Amino acid sequence: MLDGAPVPFEPGQTVLQAALAADRYIPHLCYHPEFRPHGSCKLCTASVGGRLVATCTTPAEAGLVVDSETPQLRDVRRTLVQMLFAEGNHFCPSCEKSGNCQLQAQGSDLGVTTAGFRHLYPDRPIDASHPDAWIDFNRCVLCELCVRASDEVDGKHVFALAGRGLTKHLIVNAPSNRLGDTTFAASDEAMQVCPVGAILPKRVGFAVPIGSRRYDQRPVSAQALDDAPRPAGRSP
Amino acid sequence: MDASSLSPVLDPILARWGRTPDRLLQVLREAQDATGWLSPELLAATARSLGLPLAHVRGVASFYSFLALEPAGEYRVLLSDGVTDRMDGSLELGERLCRRLWAEPDHTAGDGLVSVRRTSCTGLCDQGPAALVNGIAIPRLDGRVVDAIADLILARRPLDTWPVDLFSIPTNVRREDVLLRHGLSPGVAIAAALARNGAAPAGMIAELRASGLRGRGGAGYPTGNKWASCEAAPGESRYIVCNADEGEPGTFKDRVLLAREADLVFEGMTLAGHAVGATRGLLYLRGEYRYLLDSLEATLARRRAAGLLGATAGGGPAFDVEIHVGAGAYICGEETALLESLEGKRGIPRNRPPYPVTHGYLGRPTVVDNVETLCAAALIAVHGAVAWRRLGTTQSSGTKLLSVAGDCTRRGVYEFPFGVTVREVLEAAGADDPIAVQVGGPSGTLIDCAEFERHLSFEDLPTGGAFTVFGRGRDLFEVARQHVHFFAHESCGFCTPCRVGTSMLASVMDKIHDGHGSRHELAELDRLTSVLGNGAHCGLGHTAMNPVRDTITRFAPSYERRLASADFAPAFDLDAALAPARRMTGRDDPASHLGDAS
Ligand SMILES: Cc1cc2nc3c(=O)[nH]c(=O)nc-3n(C[C@H](O)[C@H](O)[C@H](O)COP(=O)(O)O)c2cc1C
Ligand code: SF4
Ligand code: SF4
Ligand code: FES
Repeated sequence: MLDGAPVPFEPGQTVLQAALAADRYIPHLCYHPEFRPHGSCKLCTASVGGRLVATCTTPAEAGLVVDSETPQLRDVRRTLVQMLFAEGNHFCPSCEKSGNCQLQAQGSDLGVTTAGFRHLYPDRPIDASHPDAWIDFNRCVLCELCVRASDEVDGKHVFALAGRGLTKHLIVNAPSNRLGDTTFAASDEAMQVCPVGAILPKRVGFAVPIGSRRYDQRPVSAQALDDAPRPAGRSP
Repeated sequence: MDASSLSPVLDPILARWGRTPDRLLQVLREAQDATGWLSPELLAATARSLGLPLAHVRGVASFYSFLALEPAGEYRVLLSDGVTDRMDGSLELGERLCRRLWAEPDHTAGDGLVSVRRTSCTGLCDQGPAALVNGIAIPRLDGRVVDAIADLILARRPLDTWPVDLFSIPTNVRREDVLLRHGLSPGVAIAAALARNGAAPAGMIAELRASGLRGRGGAGYPTGNKWASCEAAPGESRYIVCNADEGEPGTFKDRVLLAREADLVFEGMTLAGHAVGATRGLLYLRGEYRYLLDSLEATLARRRAAGLLGATAGGGPAFDVEIHVGAGAYICGEETALLESLEGKRGIPRNRPPYPVTHGYLGRPTVVDNVETLCAAALIAVHGAVAWRRLGTTQSSGTKLLSVAGDCTRRGVYEFPFGVTVREVLEAAGADDPIAVQVGGPSGTLIDCAEFERHLSFEDLPTGGAFTVFGRGRDLFEVARQHVHFFAHESCGFCTPCRVGTSMLASVMDKIHDGHGSRHELAELDRLTSVLGNGAHCGLGHTAMNPVRDTITRFAPSYERRLASADFAPAFDLDAALAPARRMTGRDDPASHLGDAS
């Protein structure tokens, strides 16, 4: 049961996976249908059997009562998005990902207009050492999708996380810690998965004009449902 | 240093630990002991030897605060920065040490001679202020000791030639009950457990269930159920893990058990292994207790020689124990982060389910138990469930070790039956004029004098063992502020609410401290409470708000004083602004309202 309506599921699915497959949206950021759930952003938090948990990592079970669209949970999610905005440096108007960015899209879905917290303004440099891609660490939300993609799909282990707490940050696999000195290639899966504008291809600047991009056309909630894997024969 | 000059350092370490990725943390720790810091060349050589990506190795090394990625000096001084250390004057002593050494805090001074930094509570609260020098603990700092340390460092005297009394750490046991008075010779508890297992199919586990023993690490999960789940879980091999990370500020009773009752701890691990069918045990010792490693290893060696460990451990199936040492990360006390750390990784709490009893160390069924829990299990093996139940309360059988520190004359470890009142402990400890007690450390509960008749038990005031006394004149706002900084420093950074939220919490408290607090800050506290409590991934985030919650409701004037100095709109009603905080503790008694002295 999700927000009062029954949702079917298959063994092995998490609550979020079952919801998306049944065309029911729960906000999420660090979850990606092609990777093992991570459970770090906590945007997908919902009340499951009375307890607030991350639905992307909670196994679906018969008889579970899930409440997601409650004022309290919208508040928690809004605060989380604000925290992510405040933690990095996000100047959306100048970001090439603007309109394709899941953080921005979540923010607009949830009605986030300001960071709501004092910005922490971290001092994070940009890595432009690679011929075909660049990393703007200011925009990284630490979802580890690139880490998982490079480990699990590309088999290259280009990315890893270092530090702890607020000093946690993305590093790359080279003694120089420069992307250009790693085995990274623009064709890597890790290039495609970044939900925000942290890993970007070079020389593509603004190919699709702002205003006609992914989340300009449809809200992230609708896009995510289009992208959700479904059992053959079932369509949204 | 080039790679070839590193092999004399690394080769013996790798030979001892083996060249597998799960040994990474132990290899890094020992390599740093040998060379003083982890140079880029050392990291690269370690990565090559263990077949790991360099970024992974750097990721692990940068997670643990005792591992240095920059030269940190021949002498690395870490001053314990617990609340009681500060009450005992650690900040002034730190300044004195820096002056004598011509050092600046957090910098390596004197051409690489020395660095002085602060570190989270080192578990020597009954004999603070304390410091670690090159990882080895020195208690009872005062002006004389600090000057002596400075002289020894300036004279470049090797640490192993320093006067031994500097390092002497008495156990300060003040009250003994059944556990601390056990009087059992090595092997007796294992034999008793084997006899129980022989008598009935689920002998020892059934006895444990009947005893009502609950975990002493804080969460209070029934130990018998945990062992039974592990025993029932499918898997070719199983593990017993002893959680000796004891990171909760104000807690030091496991240190005393490890120093005084190591045999009983290993006895508990061994009979746990026999009960669930595990042949290997791992003890995760917090890095701050590194000084105990040699004596623990000696105890293991003695037990192996006596046949109490090895192919037929104490006459039962095979069992042996390996000790891993942590490297400065409170989160590694959380059982799944501990398992990650044992596997040589960053100490990030896992997603649950699955739980350790089915998917623990290396994905195998694993029992993770606190030091004291394992000792209690050994006692129950010998004396049985009925005797154990005779002590304590219905839901909290047996005794509990308390680490009593702060404003009292007899600090140390007290063993009391569960159900003892706060007042009884205060009286035993010689606390003259207490205004508050923090039960269970910053992640526990802080109570005021109106609540001293409450009972220590899972029914009323649960505790992992910390019992920190605050006397008249102590500023509870400052205590809370220090503790939220602790949580921000120790947050593993995995999940958004805690990674960002604990730092924001610390900065809000700093702002109030600086007299810049306003209605806005109180509203932020409220929002942070909700997102930490509802969204965080593990207990650290869930409890990070507790020190603020408890002090704002019980010691509101210490907030009010600071807020009042800011330019408040006259119409602003602070008492109303505190309403949400009262709601979260379910309190509305007079003491939680402003204007009442509490
Ligand atoms: C942030 C955090 C820190 C913890 N630290 C410790 C610790 O230092 N020692 C400990 O025994 N348990 C600690 N725990 C509890 C463990 O996760 C776990 O419950 C315990 O080891 C289980 O053993 P027990 O059942 O014998 O208590 C901690 C939990 C959390 C959430
Ligand atoms: S770079 Fe992108 S994909 Fe990688 S962790 Fe940061 S936000 Fe996630
Ligand atoms: S709550 Fe804090 S310590 Fe726990 S996983 Fe999240 S960031 Fe890490
Ligand atoms: S989507 Fe579930 S925690 Fe990020």
